[in-house]
Amino acid sequence: MEDEVVLLDLWASPFAIRVKIALEEKGIKYECKQEDLFNKSHLLLEMNPIHKKIPVLIHNGKPISESLIIVQYIDQVWNHKSPLLPSDPYQRSQALFWADYIDKKIYGIGRRIWMGKEDQEEAKEELIQTFKTIERELGDKLYFGGESIGYVDVALVPFTSWFYTYETCANCGIEAACPKLIAWAKRCKENESVSKALTDPLEIYGYLLQLKKRLELQ
Amino acid sequence: MGEENKVILHGMWASPFSKRVELALRLKGVPFEYKEEDLRNKSSQLLHYNPVYKKVTVLVHNGRPIAESSLIILEYIDETWKNSLQLLPEDPYKRAKVRFWTSFIEQQLFQTMITVIKTDGEAQEKAIKEVLEKLEMLEEGMKEFFPDRNPSIDSENLGLLDLVFFSSFGLHKVREEVLGIQIIDPEKTPLLFSWVKAINQLPLVKELTPPHDKLVAFLKFIRECSQVFFNLV
Repeated sequence: MEDEVVLLDLWASPFAIRVKIALEEKGIKYECKQEDLFNKSHLLLEMNPIHKKIPVLIHNGKPISESLIIVQYIDQVWNHKSPLLPSDPYQRSQALFWADYIDKKIYGIGRRIWMGKEDQEEAKEELIQTFKTIERELGDKLYFGGESIGYVDVALVPFTSWFYTYETCANCGIEAACPKLIAWAKRCKENESVSKALTDPLEIYGYLLQLKKRLELQ
Repeated sequence: MGEENKVILHGMWASPFSKRVELALRLKGVPFEYKEEDLRNKSSQLLHYNPVYKKVTVLVHNGRPIAESSLIILEYIDETWKNSLQLLPEDPYKRAKVRFWTSFIEQQLFQTMITVIKTDGEAQEKAIKEVLEKLEMLEEGMKEFFPDRNPSIDSENLGLLDLVFFSSFGLHKVREEVLGIQIIDPEKTPLLFSWVKAINQLPLVKELTPPHDKLVAFLKFIRECSQVFFNLV
């Protein structure tokens, strides 16, 4: 029986991109349905009644939400190729730790940067510190996953499309502060699963400007 | 005997995060050493093992640290000591559901509960309203996990969801006493009420729970003097 895989998506969402990269890595065919955050579909509200957010993966009619939970699910179900999480429990715990750290920090701090309010300067400092901490974890490895893309790479790489926005809004100096991270980002894009899924930085910038206006009007 | 299978838990007696790791280790039958950390004067070991967050709770296994952040230690324990007590289900979809709800309890409910504890007046009222709404959502969600509406918990079948719910709301009576509000209402959320009661009645849980008066005094202390407690645990 063919697997039916549907992704409730929003093209700009870094969280949805994580799922797309994971699906590509595993070679899974899926249908992508675009959502409008200001006009959510019945399907989304039915499949994720608690948070009403994307991404939602619907596998043979069963919904899974929260991007990292989805990626873990994909990794477990389609374990025939490209393992994203290490099999060793300790290495696994470290991968989970860093992905969680990324989740706790990047989007929230980044938002304070592109919203451009009084806390922007402070957010800029925090962002650089966060990237430096992450860069230390990368060390001299090719990827966080080692020789190939892993769970932490998948968790972080979608945000690299947002670097242009952070630089343009607040002159963060990410490249100067974290050259290894920039090199890592370039290396990730050499993987088809990543280059196919990543959004264009200029389009993200345009999108966020629009979003900011809409949020300010609310 | 060398470092083989040496397990140390750096914890704090009033921390719900420490407590649930202690509970998990005891349930799994893992021998460990417990080190009580003084939050005002953290050991250099702790700072070495958790440089990112500088917080308790940290598990050190054969010299390697795992910091507690979103249930990572509990998953590690589950995978490292595989025995009859499994904290997470094997089935990927069930696993994803458990992860979803534990994330909900941890990030949505518990964080708002912390706001209730830390604030007063209008801010507190707003947070209380949010907690109660979310508890009702949890009540609905848990109907799938307890179809007969009668949680029957014992030390052989305790899972991650039980541990996380317990660490977030096991001490609801202490909070209700100190804050003067009803958090887990047997009429509004009967399933949650019987669930937390069932967990609190387990002998091991009773053994690990500090005396009620000590917890009440500590909660009063946090509210009065130390707004930063939840940044430290």
